[in-house]
Amino acid sequence: MNAIQPRVGEPVIPEMELVQAAKRGDVAAFEDLVRRYDRNVFRIAQHITQNREDAEDVVQDAFLKAYENLEQFQGQSKFYTWLVRIAVNEALMKLRKRRPERTVSLDEEVKTEDDSLPREVADWSPNPEQQYTQAELRDILTRTIQGLPPGFRTVFVLRDVEGLSTEETAEALDLSIPAVKSRLLRARLQLRERLSRYFQKRESGDGNK
Amino acid sequence: MKCSEFLQELTNYLDGVMDERTKAELEDHLAWCHNCYVVCDTTKKTIEIYRDSQLYELPEDLRGRLRAAIMAKCQRKKAGPQSV
Repeated sequence: MNAIQPRVGEPVIPEMELVQAAKRGDVAAFEDLVRRYDRNVFRIAQHITQNREDAEDVVQDAFLKAYENLEQFQGQSKFYTWLVRIAVNEALMKLRKRRPERTVSLDEEVKTEDDSLPREVADWSPNPEQQYTQAELRDILTRTIQGLPPGFRTVFVLRDVEGLSTEETAEALDLSIPAVKSRLLRARLQLRERLSRYFQKRESGDGNK
Repeated sequence: MKCSEFLQELTNYLDGVMDERTKAELEDHLAWCHNCYVVCDTTKKTIEIYRDSQLYELPEDLRGRLRAAIMAKCQRKKAGPQSV
């Protein structure tokens, strides 16, 4: 399988140069960083909060917090990883506010037995996504990923949608590497199983419209 | 190799991070275990579908508004606490 690439624009000026310039007070350099990563932060925030208004707030709050704390960014990690860490924390705070009745944490207890072992294994149609219109597919994908616990959803989004490495994901979420790997496996298997309801081969031969 | 052992290695396999010997063992298992083959193949498709889905794209007009709001706040911060 080809390596998963982050969906970020082609950097023209190296990230660290922009960060250094922003630290010296160059607001335009910081604006370049906002342009570079705002789409990613918005996607991550909306995946976690599942709410568009909250995601908009998270984008603003995360970039402002990054700007205010630039001095604390020492450059041991990528700026983007540091920014994602801030954005994830802001998004989780939003989620907690909306769901005070439930504890929302990335460290929430997750079952450790083989609860993700596939129960039924049905093969999918070839090009299953083509059975649905774009709007239907979007709805299926959104509802399916929203059903995952926040801790699984976040790891999946950072690793598989945004293309962060396992190490970067661990750093951004303050999790150990084994914890990231374990959650990623469970998230992938749970999503696969849930999507199978929509994508599995149909016996009657009407699977391909 | 048992199916449960295969599953434990599935993420490393899909991410291409494993030694050649383990990879050969997994592929040997895949060659005869249809269930694991299907799970592996459809998990890979799951990842690809989400990666390519463009869920939650930021519309350009909203993007512009958010960026303007962020930069206005940054300018105020830069101007100093007395102007906040």
